[in-house]
Amino acid sequence: MPIDFLPILVMIAVVAAFAAIALILSGLTGPRRPTRAKLEPYESGMPPFGSAMRRVSIKYFLTAVLFILFDIEIIFFYPWAVLFRQLGLFGLIEMGIFILILLVGYVYIWRKGGFDWD
Amino acid sequence: MTLDPWMIAIIEPLVKSLVVIIALLTLFAYLTLMERIVIAKIQSRIGPNRVGRVGPLALLQPIADAVKMIMKEDFIPAQADKLAYILAPAIAVGTALLAWAVIPLNPPVTIGDYTIHFQIADINVAVLYLLAIGSLSVYGIVLGGWGSNNKYSLLGGLRSTAQMVSYEISLGLSLVGVLMISQTLSLTKIVEQQSGWWFVIFQPVAFIIYFICMLAETNRLPFDLPEAETELVAGYQTEYSSLKFALFYMAEYIHMLTVSAIAATMFLGGYQGPFGILPGVHWLFIKIMFFIFLFMWIRGTLPRFRYDQLMRFGWKFLLPLSLANVFVTAVVLVWLGK
Repeated sequence: MPIDFLPILVMIAVVAAFAAIALILSGLTGPRRPTRAKLEPYESGMPPFGSAMRRVSIKYFLTAVLFILFDIEIIFFYPWAVLFRQLGLFGLIEMGIFILILLVGYVYIWRKGGFDWD
Repeated sequence: MTLDPWMIAIIEPLVKSLVVIIALLTLFAYLTLMERIVIAKIQSRIGPNRVGRVGPLALLQPIADAVKMIMKEDFIPAQADKLAYILAPAIAVGTALLAWAVIPLNPPVTIGDYTIHFQIADINVAVLYLLAIGSLSVYGIVLGGWGSNNKYSLLGGLRSTAQMVSYEISLGLSLVGVLMISQTLSLTKIVEQQSGWWFVIFQPVAFIIYFICMLAETNRLPFDLPEAETELVAGYQTEYSSLKFALFYMAEYIHMLTVSAIAATMFLGGYQGPFGILPGVHWLFIKIMFFIFLFMWIRGTLPRFRYDQLMRFGWKFLLPLSLANVFVTAVVLVWLGK
């Protein structure tokens, strides 16, 4: 029922208020003495070299894509798991085929070195 | 005076959320003290002793820490992306707190003709809600890392994101085993079903997988690479100060409490006592503290993983193991004819 989610909306409002108070409070209390060196990015005492917002390693992108692929497949398990006892043997065979297809992709990624970090 | 039902529908969750949030923040404050004392004991150190080492005075330590944090200067680095930099700690702590909306804390109590449910929202897809909120917590860390415009922060944020998404798959799969037994996504019903046997007895492998993923999801040792201080200064927290830093810290500890509460609810019977003894919130608290102590014990004992080991362990070992667990559970359930 959609009405069941109303308490969650209320809690989101409370949490947002708490976070806003904390963020505003930290600006009001405490000293405010900015210097040029203080506002520079910290690089272990060396003068900062270039910007940090630039291209990053492709490995992180690959991990993100793999996550999306597998996570969607995991979501398919949830309705199946909830109805599993009603489906019985039929559900087991269906899911066996699904896991088999999933494993083909998994083995392919493994052989291609998709899980190797180096 | 009778209240409009709509007013009750707003006021009741409002009061409940305030109580839960205040309780969690108090618990967070004392967890920092507990962690410092436990780690000090493990490492044969004295531990925090400026406020007081023994007796009631020692309990003032978190208050001293909080006052110090509030009085610190809160600066925003000149090259930071201001919106992302400011929002990140709020998202981190907000998502950690929001997961508590669906966790049943106590059996319902009836006073007169009014029944109080000790759960903020009893929704029928609570497990999916937990996974969704858990996934959102990555945003706080990745935005903080990117918005700081600091190389250490960026690397910490990226590492954390890659690690959390990798372990989230096994975490999701380990819960499937429980759902196959419970046949519901509602946490209230899952806890009620565990009044006899806890699900950890039927799903020991899933429980261990969940526990490992829980350490990785909270970025705790041995999976604390995002904030590995010897290589990345403080990871995504490097450029934060004052209450913004405190909010990240708060997020980490409340996240620990959250994943422990989920583990207790899904596997250890939530508020149910062993053999049905006196169900109540105290059992949930004891179970959560058991996990919290394990977190600290592991932090004091184990060395840190290397990043390639961490990714290999997640993808090449935990993922197939959790898939196998789901399949074996399915075969056994069909075999038993349930």
